[in-house]
Amino acid sequence: MEVLLRFLVKKKITLSFLVLVFFISCFIVFNKALFKNKLYSPEFKDGKTTYLVDFSLPELNSSNEIKLSEVIENKDFSIINIWASWCVPCREENDFLKSLNSLSSLQIIGINYKDRKKNSIKFLNDYGNPFKYNLVDKDGTESINLGAYGVPETFLVNKNRKILIKIIGPINNDHVKKIREIVNG
Amino acid sequence: MILSNAGFLSLFLGLISSFAVFLCTVLNIKKNLLNLEKKIYKFLTLQFFFVVIGFFILLYTFIISDFSNETVYNNSHSTKPLFYKITGLWGNHEGSLLLWLLVLTSFIFFFFFSSKDEPKNFRLYTVIFHQIIVIGFFIFVLKTSNPFDILFPVPSEGLGLNPILQDPALAIHPPILYVGYVGTSIIFASALAAMVTGYVNNLWAKNLKKWVLISWTFLTGGILLGSIWAYYELGWGGFWFWDPVENISLMPWLSLTALLHCILTLEKRDLFKNWSIILSIVTFMLSVTGTFLVRSGILNSVHTFANDPSRGIYILIFLFVLVFISFVIFLFFENKNLENKKEIFFLSKETSVLINNWFMIYFLSVVLIGTVYPIFLDVITSEKISVGPPFYNKLLIPFLIPFFLFMSVGPSMNWIKTNLKFKANYIYYFLLTLATTIITIYFLNQKDFLLIILIFSLVFLSIKTLTNFFKNNTNHAQNLSHLGFAMLMLSILFNSVSSTEIIKNIKVGESFISKNEKITFEEIKTNKKKNYSSIIGTFEVKNKNNKIIKLYPEIRIYNQPIIATSEAAIKTTLFKDRFITINLIKDEQLFNIRYQNKPFMIWIWISTLIIIFGGTFAIFSKKKNYS
Repeated sequence: MEVLLRFLVKKKITLSFLVLVFFISCFIVFNKALFKNKLYSPEFKDGKTTYLVDFSLPELNSSNEIKLSEVIENKDFSIINIWASWCVPCREENDFLKSLNSLSSLQIIGINYKDRKKNSIKFLNDYGNPFKYNLVDKDGTESINLGAYGVPETFLVNKNRKILIKIIGPINNDHVKKIREIVNG
Repeated sequence: MILSNAGFLSLFLGLISSFAVFLCTVLNIKKNLLNLEKKIYKFLTLQFFFVVIGFFILLYTFIISDFSNETVYNNSHSTKPLFYKITGLWGNHEGSLLLWLLVLTSFIFFFFFSSKDEPKNFRLYTVIFHQIIVIGFFIFVLKTSNPFDILFPVPSEGLGLNPILQDPALAIHPPILYVGYVGTSIIFASALAAMVTGYVNNLWAKNLKKWVLISWTFLTGGILLGSIWAYYELGWGGFWFWDPVENISLMPWLSLTALLHCILTLEKRDLFKNWSIILSIVTFMLSVTGTFLVRSGILNSVHTFANDPSRGIYILIFLFVLVFISFVIFLFFENKNLENKKEIFFLSKETSVLINNWFMIYFLSVVLIGTVYPIFLDVITSEKISVGPPFYNKLLIPFLIPFFLFMSVGPSMNWIKTNLKFKANYIYYFLLTLATTIITIYFLNQKDFLLIILIFSLVFLSIKTLTNFFKNNTNHAQNLSHLGFAMLMLSILFNSVSSTEIIKNIKVGESFISKNEKITFEEIKTNKKKNYSSIIGTFEVKNKNNKIIKLYPEIRIYNQPIIATSEAAIKTTLFKDRFITINLIKDEQLFNIRYQNKPFMIWIWISTLIIIFGGTFAIFSKKKNYS
């Protein structure tokens, strides 16, 4: 070890080369990160399609482990909504989500993000429960896996988990209209 | 519209003066002409002047709500109070960069005017290196984030400022933080210049110290304001979340703190030359990296303004050009400032500074890894993780104990050599610490072993620092900052172990009990203000002794843009904060109430203020010594 160190100090060129390689790799990683971010933006450029990642999380009421892909397969269309009881816009959004429940070929799956169980159950009792399932993402890891920016965030996917729409922030009337158009064909 | 054009022109002239300064300085070094120095003065003043003009034009367009300016249109609204119209200027990407430029040009201006006693070449090189940064930012502003873009046809109303940014603490947070960040640019330029001219010695350290202190003090203040905002405005009851954006301000703070101690050694003992240079460079690099990470949209938060990768790529390239320049200079000129081969005695102030630096670098690496690792992981494996408090707690807390113990004895060491004499007071200190710890633990009712040791080391640090005040020949600025730090750590510790929280849904007129207190929901009122309307609840908190406290939490519905925010009602007393928030529940008379007891909250702010006060004291007391 010491021999190696002495060698490195003596050979300035070797040392500088190593440091340079380190900096350049940092540059490449940052540069990639910069452009990678675009993948999660709501517009899908060049008609490229993106698929929702798959994961298993416990259900809010039953605590049974549920696999996202298995649930999505059951219906033609699914909405994945990331919400939390502490999130103020989620309350306003709740009515819109409930109104979408009238569509028979659509189901709404909630992902309860970084929340306490007590609070989230209270939220659903107070504002109503539009969700068929509620997956509990206690530490927020799986939501990050989905490429979520924060709460609330909504995805519309088809049977094969292909993302049709992604909405960052609370959904509004226009979004509801668009979702209805897609689901009704 | 004319105003915006004038603003753009002013910035453009500013850029031209920057080039002029750069050219003059280079010529001056080459030919060593006397009268050129006057030209440098002239162009530096001009450069500063044009940025000031640009800044005030933008300020004026914000005040008169001139929506033909795109920045104003995007971030202001005619019904906003004047105060937030003004602070809206730096509440966005373009405006905040203009502010950055303003601080940057004013610093080099003041540096050049206040460094007349220093070697000429050192001053000129500092200006050269600093001008590289100034020109870089000028081009960045003008090319990718022009604050004077014009909209036509002129919109009749603006889009408004994000309501959570409409807060007094946050309004002054960016300028204060920027002074801290940008101050490191002078340190950086001066370190490179000192290397090139072979001026890395105690004189350089003595002069640089005030810049280090200024940046450090303002950076501390900026972090404090950010935390205060998070506490009062986010409505969570927390003040530090280990959010990447918070970490980014903490990292330069850690390396600045290391530099502050290291430069003292350089001043007094002519030691740690290369290390001081490296720290100076690293500090500025961390500041720019922070700007890059926050502004590029790689990390998402309220601070993210620019989601345009072309801006991010510009800062990234700029950052690496700076890294490359400083690296090359370091390689070439390292030999010019040969380290004095002095032996360091193990019981000396030199050793304690070294230990301080080791710890600071360790803390810095932990925070750096926690912040950057998720980005690297995402790029390399496409896996996304979030690094939260458990990571930092696990890696930082155990190391805090030896850190506190070293910190308590470090300041009592002498330079060169400390003769260890056994003193009877040490037994008193020990016993006093033990007694205080036992009492504290009794009151906290905690039995965690790590916690007990942590409290013990902290109490020891506080007592030791307090006694330093009564010594002869002592540095009061240092004592103040160290005491503030010990108090800060104690308050954070007490706060985190004994906070309580209750969440209830109740109607008007009902009440509930929390610990020894009865909380009654008395009434509800509505109120209308210029930029929002609000629902205000009245709560009465009655404790055992029938002492009554009234609390008025609020729900605000802002009109531009329409967003509801929950304003916490906080009653601060010396020993604890009572923190209450209300939220609406639809179609019912019920309200969702969150009531928190947060002990020693105010001491977190007070002790940080003491740290800042120590820094300020040091800045001014040093100035006296010069004259």
